[in-house]
Amino acid sequence: MRLDELPDDVIELRARAGDWRQAVRLAGDALVAGGVVTDAYTERMVQVVEEFGAYIVIAPGLALAHARPGPDVLHDGLAVVTLDEPVAFGHPHNDPVEVVLALAVTSTEGHVTVLAELANAFNDPTATRAVARATTPDAVRAVLTRTQSES
Amino acid sequence: MKIIAFCGAGIGTSAILKVNAERALARLGIDAQIEATDIAGLAVAAEDAQVILASPELVKFIGKTYADVVVIENYFDLDELTRKLEIALG
Repeated sequence: MRLDELPDDVIELRARAGDWRQAVRLAGDALVAGGVVTDAYTERMVQVVEEFGAYIVIAPGLALAHARPGPDVLHDGLAVVTLDEPVAFGHPHNDPVEVVLALAVTSTEGHVTVLAELANAFNDPTATRAVARATTPDAVRAVLTRTQSES
Repeated sequence: MKIIAFCGAGIGTSAILKVNAERALARLGIDAQIEATDIAGLAVAAEDAQVILASPELVKFIGKTYADVVVIENYFDLDELTRKLEIALG
């Protein structure tokens, strides 16, 4: 999985979600569209939030939806969904969410490289807004692969 | 020294926290081992840890521990991580 080769299928821009569940499901649907997971994984991502709360909102405006590896993960992958209207997830500091990333991995090891790349991009506090405003998949990929000088 | 990056599923958010905590420690010039773990693995992982890093939402899942619990609001804010780790480890 490489961020600069993220397929268009897993990027959905300016989507509409009425609540956080719909937002997570949109991101899950994008993973399904990209052949990364089956629908069961989407529901497991929703369950993680139901069980543990909105901790997946890891920065202002940005959620990283995910669940444990499982048979419903076909290969490692990431999806990016931007929301036309930001949605509250119930996080005490980082609501509302305008960008939902969905991560699926086949094992707990081996996904560190892509997360380090994500950190490179999102350690820039302007990155979430830039993704939210993107109107093309190319613009999203450009932000995701923008590397900070500090690493 | 051992630091725990804690999340619900043990992948994803805790891995990002680990990556950025390592960057913050490098800024501080502190050498420490950081381990990402989920709720199931927390009790064992935290036995010999000095610090547990977690989001505000997850603090209630941390049981009795001798480690300092440090709440991180923005996992991508290296300044916040550096400031809070410096206080916890200083």
